[in-house]
This record gives sequence, structure tokens and C-alpha cells, in this order.
Amino acid sequence: MATTAARRFGRRLVPSVSRRRFSSSAAGDALQRTQNHPSLNLCSAINQALHIALDTDPRSYVFGEDVSFGGVFRCTLGLADQFGKARVFNTPLCEQGIVGFGIGLAAMGNRAVAEIQFADYIFPAFDQIVNEAAKFRYRSGNQFNCGGLTIRAPYGAVGHGGHYHSQSPEAFFCHVPGIKVVIPRSPSQAKGLLLSCIRDPNPIVFFEPKWLYRLAVEEVPEHDYMLPLSEAEVIREGVDITLVGWGAQLSIMEEACLDAEKDGISCELIDLKTLLPWDKETVEASVRKTGRLLISHEAPVTGGFGAEISASIVERCFLRLEAPVARICGLDTPFPLVFEPFYLPTKNKILDAIKSTVNY
Amino acid sequence: MDLQVLDFPGGKVAFTSKMQFISETSEKRVPCYRVLDDYGQQIEYDCSAQVNEELAVKMYTDMVTLQIMDAIFYEAQRQGRISFYLTSMGEEAINIASAAALTNDDIVLPQYREQGVLLWRGFTVQEFANQCFGNKVDYGKGRQMPIHYGSNKHNYFTVSSPIGTQLPQAVGAAYSLKMDKKSACVAAYFGDGGTSEGDFHAGLNFAAVMEAPVIFFCRNNGWAISTHTREQFRSDGIVVRGQAYGIRSIRVDGNDALAVYSAVREAREMAIKDQRPILIEALTYRVGHHSTSDDSTKYRSMDEIEYWKMSRNPVNRFRKWVERNMWWDDKREVELRNDIRNQVLRAIQTAEKCEKPPLSDLFRDVYDTLPSNLHEQESQLRETIKSYPKDYPLDVPV
Ligand SMILES: Cc1ncc(C[n+]2csc(CCOP(=O)(O)OP(=O)(O)O)c2C)c(N)n1
Ligand SMILES: [Mg+2]
Repeated sequence: MATTAARRFGRRLVPSVSRRRFSSSAAGDALQRTQNHPSLNLCSAINQALHIALDTDPRSYVFGEDVSFGGVFRCTLGLADQFGKARVFNTPLCEQGIVGFGIGLAAMGNRAVAEIQFADYIFPAFDQIVNEAAKFRYRSGNQFNCGGLTIRAPYGAVGHGGHYHSQSPEAFFCHVPGIKVVIPRSPSQAKGLLLSCIRDPNPIVFFEPKWLYRLAVEEVPEHDYMLPLSEAEVIREGVDITLVGWGAQLSIMEEACLDAEKDGISCELIDLKTLLPWDKETVEASVRKTGRLLISHEAPVTGGFGAEISASIVERCFLRLEAPVARICGLDTPFPLVFEPFYLPTKNKILDAIKSTVNY
Repeated sequence: MDLQVLDFPGGKVAFTSKMQFISETSEKRVPCYRVLDDYGQQIEYDCSAQVNEELAVKMYTDMVTLQIMDAIFYEAQRQGRISFYLTSMGEEAINIASAAALTNDDIVLPQYREQGVLLWRGFTVQEFANQCFGNKVDYGKGRQMPIHYGSNKHNYFTVSSPIGTQLPQAVGAAYSLKMDKKSACVAAYFGDGGTSEGDFHAGLNFAAVMEAPVIFFCRNNGWAISTHTREQFRSDGIVVRGQAYGIRSIRVDGNDALAVYSAVREAREMAIKDQRPILIEALTYRVGHHSTSDDSTKYRSMDEIEYWKMSRNPVNRFRKWVERNMWWDDKREVELRNDIRNQVLRAIQTAEKCEKPPLSDLFRDVYDTLPSNLHEQESQLRETIKSYPKDYPLDVPV
């Protein structure tokens, strides 16, 4: 997929490749030990995390459509061979079945790592996620829980995906108390966050930026490590404006920060990482410092998670804000094939918004 | 009064003192209806409608057209000229013969591997190419990935990627035909994988209860991407599900064009005359990779692919029969193939040269009219394009 994307939309490839720049050194934890680790792409990092999860807990399972031969994105490659067909397996083509099965498996004290082939195809499982997984603990007075469930799904633009291989459906799930929503930005982040999700005692939807599966490459520690959930990270410090994003969009935002810097604007960039429950404090502290906020995501702007962040920060920082909160997001249309470059929240759209917010 | 019978709201059920679980399988698998043997010999013609010369030649011509179009479009994707493609290789008989047995008033709800049905109805190679290139004359206005064809004038609903969703929709469409007392039915196509989705159950059950004139046509081609049917279901295929829903069903050899044609014709008769759904399971094989994003040798053997490609080839089998009837010969074969090849190559060139749909098409059709948020976003975007023209592809007229 990546090659065709590069051919068709060469411009977008530049920021994509520059995603390598993201080192995770700012994490200040296990990743501080990342000197001289092998370079991995995001797909291999996910594979490594799954490998570790299966290896460290005999009651863990990995399953979904076409998972057995390695998955359509090759993220589960080799796992069935190593851990056996009973723990790593293909399921029938039925998302509601995959998630429902995962809930039952998790409710019996197992770690169920379910793959939905594309985030665009998660909707048949919406009922199982929203009405079942999310409320399993609460409705039983904590007699039962399905906290061992993690749902992985590749999301987002890829250059040629059209309506049904491009969507970013995170906001739907951020409206659901009882589940967590996590999105990594890079290989080392993906590995550490996925392991945290798998081991977290709550059901989690983990969206993987599929455009980065092969394009994002960085050093990834080989050992078993976890990155904290519900903790945002300042990945670039600045004083004039705060930018908040997640997943693949962060690299586009970083490009905009670099360009803004040439114009003397100092941007602070925050990776939210966990969208639900999210780390308001880190964003609030940053906005208190900068007095300005811009949020960017690929999903349509209306009802997107940017709206929630904006509302919360206005509540907390109203008197400190020096300009309206800016949202640079996808358009309020279905995700279009030919018009993808127009639909996307590009670097220059963000750059313009940075400037107009700072000069408000 | 019969004391041996339980009369409950669901009807009368006989009692038995024998505790007997119904077996998970019947003793014999449901046989597969066929008309032509592997050598194109007509075994016996248990079929209501005869296929005459004119029809047979048109069917054969379209099967070959489908084959050549698939091969060339596939190659065009490999060359990077289109972003995606998916062939119907191995399923040409299913595509063309099922379409031939329907009338143009019948409504088709496809999955995505049924381009031959649309071809049969007169959608031109040029129209296929336009969709794959997403140019300004693509009826889908360049919004969807290649192969997501749709044509209102051909009563062919637009392809949607999410698997299985068309099945309950087909019942709603069929119910409308019923209410309008039309002499037409709905034909809904789907794969073996598609039968696992909840929508398959919803569709079949609704159809039975609503007594809707719909033909459910399952292309059981053995694979759903890398997932073998053994990992998809443990029933004797799809055909046996019909009875559980109260739907009349048949299993046919999907690589036998005459059998597919006869079965669909008969199914159509029953669907319309009796106002009832019919389930057809066509046994076949996906000879090509799932799509251009797939390499199927990673999960299945070359031998298996070769066997179906060569020994069980549905186009060759039908050709033998047509030739046996003296309706076809080598000379016509060569002419046809050359002709179609040129036609497809020309279509690709024309489609490729054609510009993309205008930017305004990005915002249209989200609703019947443009709401204010989209008005605002369109003018904002036009401002951005003025400031950063280099960010945007040149082939989309702004
Ligand atoms: C709801 C949904 N889940 C997953 C997919 C991804 N997907 C596309 S095709 C396919 C396999 C379909 O197999 P089958 O129904 O047998 O049709 P075939 O490709 O064999 O013609 C899958 C899993 C999808 N398109 N929609
Ligand atoms: Mg199939």
C-alpha cells in the first residue's frame, strides 16, 4: 500500500518519512534505555509487542480475520507458528463475533487481543463494544469484567483508501464510558502502549496508524516495556501556542511547528496518546503557559474529539486564552478517494491556523 | 384429537419418545447441480430454458471480455496507473450466466466480485475504466476506490466495501418490488466469507418472513482472503442454511455456465411467481489473488490454483460446449480476443487522459443540498488552495 501511496501523493511522503525523527526519548522512563536498539517499523513493533504478550502470559490469545497467516498488514506474522493455532487463530468474517468472543474470553480471566482488519469495519461490533464491553463491569457491580480485552484496528488515511480504508472513528468510542481509547504515534510508542493496553484491566480500543506501518522506523528496545496510559507527552516544547494531536497526524503537525519556527513562532506539541480517559492536566498546563491551543485530527471536524478537548480547555483556561481554540481536521464529508489531498488537515492548513491564532 | 401432537403457537409438532439429536451433518452432502461435464459435454439437460446460439455466443463473448478486462486492468494496477484492482478470475461463468438468466428489470445488489453482471447489462469497458481511474465521467465522481461500480440505469446498486451489508438491503428492495407488484426480483450476491456476518442472518430471515422476491446468490469460492472455508463455517456449505430459515435452496457447479443459467432462471421464476426468496450456492474457486493488495501463494498451494485455473476453467468448459454446437471456432476466437484487447487498452488510455472530477464534487452529495458547514469548508479550502497551490494535485480542476 505504501508504495502506491508514495507514487500517487509524493508530497505527503516527505512528512511521512520524516516521522523517523520522532524519538521517544522524552518519555523519561523505560525508553531512556533506547541507545543502540534495532530499528523497527511500526508493524514489526506491534508484532514484537504481541509476541511478548503471548510469551509472558499463557492465558493470552490473538485472533481476528486473516490473523493466522500474518494478517493483511503482516502485524501478526509468525505468531501462529510460534504459539500454536489454539492461541493465535483466524476467526470467521464477523466483527460482532470477534468482539463478542473476545469479551467472553476476557470475562473468564484471559487476555484477548482481537484484531479488526480495518477500523472502517469495526461498526458491526459497535453494539458489543458500546453496550457490552464498556458496561460489563459497571452493570454487574464489578462481579464481572472483560478488562482483558484489547481491540486492535488499523485506522486513518493511506493515500488511496477511499471511504472504507481510511476512516478515523476514534470519536465514536471516546463517547463511551467504560472503554479506553489509545493511539500510538511511532514504533517504540506502539510497542510500549500496546503492551500496557493488553495488560490493563479495562477493555481498550487501540487504533494503529496504518500509514506508518512501514513508513515510520525508529529504534525500539527489544525488552518487555510498558508506557503509561492516560498520560500525554510534550514531544516538542514551545511558548507561543500548544498543538494537540495523536497518531499519524502528529508528524504533519510537527512539520507545521518547524515551519512556524522559521517565522519566529515557538510551538509546543503534545501527543495525547490516550484519548479516553485523557490527560487534561498536561494539556491545561501547556495552554496556561502558551495561552493558545490548536487541535488537529484526520476525522471530520464536527463531533470530532477535538471538540471535547476544546470545550474542556475553554472551561479550565478561559481567562488565560488569548485566541479562540483552533481545530484543523478532516472535512465534514465521507473520506474521498480522488479528493484525499483536499480533505486532509495538511501542514499548510495547520501552519495558517498557527499564524492566525498567534496573531489573533 | 391427536394426542401424539403438540399444538403450540408455532404450529403442530409430533411427539416422539425416542431421544434423538439431529445430526450436525446429513449422511450425504448436498449434491451439486451441473449440466456440462468437465469436457463441455452436456450430461443431461434438466432445465426449463434452452440456451440458443445467439444467447450462448453472447454469454461466451462476455466471459472472454470479462477475462481480458480483468487481466489488463490488473496489469494497469501493477504499473501504478490505477490504485487498486480485483479480478473475477475463475468466476466468469457465475458472473455472466447468472446475469444472463435475470432480466434488466431485476435489481442487483453486488458484493464486489460481480463486475461481469454489470458487463452483461451493457456497462461498457470504457465505463469500467472511468470508475477505476476515478475521472470526471465516473458515475461515482472519483470518490470510491476502483471496482466500486454502480449504475442506476443498469439497476445495479453501487458496491460498498463493508461485507454483507447489501443482504438485508436486498430484502427491502425486494419488498418494494412486491408491493409494486412488479414482475421482477432482486439478486443479491455475496461470498462464502460474507455468510459469517450478522447481516447475512438478518437478510435471510427477513426475506423468509417478508416473503420477498429475492435471490441470494452465494459465490462459495473456497477462500475469504486467506481464510479457508473450513475456518469460516462447519456446515455443509451455504446451501443447507436455507432450510433453517425456511428458504428454498440449490447448490450448483459455479464453473458450469449452463447449470448456473438454468438454476438462476428457475429461481427467478419461483421468486416472482411464488413471492419467495431463493438461496443459490455456487461452488467455485477464486483463481486470482484476493486483490492487488494480496499474494495468495502465502496461504495456498500453487497446485491448487493451477488445478482450478486449468482443469476446472469455466470459460474453457463453456467454449467446448459452444464449439461442439458448431457455434464457435478458432478464427472467431482469435478475432474476438484481439478485438476486446484493443477495446480495453483504448478504454484505459481514454480514461487515464480524462481529467478528475471538479473540486466541488468533494462537497456535493453528502446531503441532497449543501449545508452551511460544507459551504463554509468549501470556501475555506479554496482560500487555502490559492495560498498553497503546490499542495494539491494538478489533475483535479479547482
Ligand atoms: C465488514 C468487513 N470486514 C472485513 C472486510 C475486509 N475484507 C474484504 S474482502 C474480505 C473477504 C471476503 O471474502 P468472501 O466473502 O468469501 O468474498 P471473495 O473475496 O472470496 O469473493 C474481507 C475480510 C470488509 N470488507 N468488510
Ligand atoms: Mg470467498
